[in-house]
Amino acid sequence: MEALGAPLRTLRALLRELRHAAGRSYRDSPAYRHVLAAFRAHRVTTEKLCRAQQELHFQAATYLCLLRSVREHEALHREYHGKGERSPQEVARLVGFRLPQQPRGKG
Amino acid sequence: LSRPPPAAAGSCLVGPCGRRAYAPPAERKRFYQNVSISQGEGGFEINLDHRKLKTPQAKLFTVPSEALAIAVATEWDSQKDTIKFYTMHLTTLCNTALDNPTQRNKTQLIRAAVKFLETDTVCYRVEEPPALAELQKNEWDPVVTWAEKRYNVTIGSSTSILGPNIPASTKETFVSHLASYNMWALQGIEFVITQLKSLILSMSLIDRHITVEKAVLLSRLEEEYQIRRWGNVEWAHDYDLCELRARTAAGTLFVHLCSESSSVKHKLLQD
Repeated sequence: MEALGAPLRTLRALLRELRHAAGRSYRDSPAYRHVLAAFRAHRVTTEKLCRAQQELHFQAATYLCLLRSVREHEALHREYHGKGERSPQEVARLVGFRLPQQPRGKG
Repeated sequence: LSRPPPAAAGSCLVGPCGRRAYAPPAERKRFYQNVSISQGEGGFEINLDHRKLKTPQAKLFTVPSEALAIAVATEWDSQKDTIKFYTMHLTTLCNTALDNPTQRNKTQLIRAAVKFLETDTVCYRVEEPPALAELQKNEWDPVVTWAEKRYNVTIGSSTSILGPNIPASTKETFVSHLASYNMWALQGIEFVITQLKSLILSMSLIDRHITVEKAVLLSRLEEEYQIRRWGNVEWAHDYDLCELRARTAAGTLFVHLCSESSSVKHKLLQD
């Protein structure tokens, strides 16, 4: 499938996404090791159109899409939908009003 | 429809339930340090510290594929301070497969999937504006043709409000094709179809004919056309786009991981 591009590019992008997801010890994470092992195992083939290789590449590209989309979606959510309502003080400040001072104490 | 026990509100710990029967809380604090995988009797299990992950209906969380277990573990491990359940699509799919909250059997799932063909997005065409009609013809015709050739069926397309007239033989072909998938994979397939609003695009994706990005683009063709015309609104368009991509990618990966049997075939070296 030409639309996928080079497997190496997909692999690099996928490993980068895994690094974002995992944090410090990303190289020891099971996902990182599994992906590397899978790519190494399928590297040795004499056929150009090896079906298993194509299947692996498609799977890797799909997983890459998943990780990337989740990260982007979360970023958009934080940016636009995560802030909640403004407090009355903030709203007043926005439009230039002053809130009335409520008298304290009894009465 | 038997309701799940009221105590099983969260994904693994028993807690008070003040919400709908099968809805986990939207967010809660990350309460575990380490995520690991172990192999049990029924398959692969996820461990959060020393606790075993359970489904919302308090069943033990077991998956048949190691790769799937690793991906689920990665989802749990990538949560930072709070656990955002709405981003954990693979976990949700596994929970659905294990609990089957809608209590559908294989036949019902297949019927729901094939029913989508009658209102398949790529078969529903507009007549105007002409630019959109042209775009639909150029982008969707190839996929329909591919499906017709691959499955040896007649599908066609329609501009009528009633939609295309799908012959019974076409439906039967898809029913028997989907019957070859196991129950887990079928949950995934039905999920992808519901997201993309198209059986044809879903099969095209699952048969690896197009990528996830392309399938999502084709599913949102009219929206993309309107965006190009009137402009993009990041907090709505991109938000929906990323969410649809994430869900579709998760569903596709889920289907492939649940229906594969990995075996490395060694070719004989030729002298």
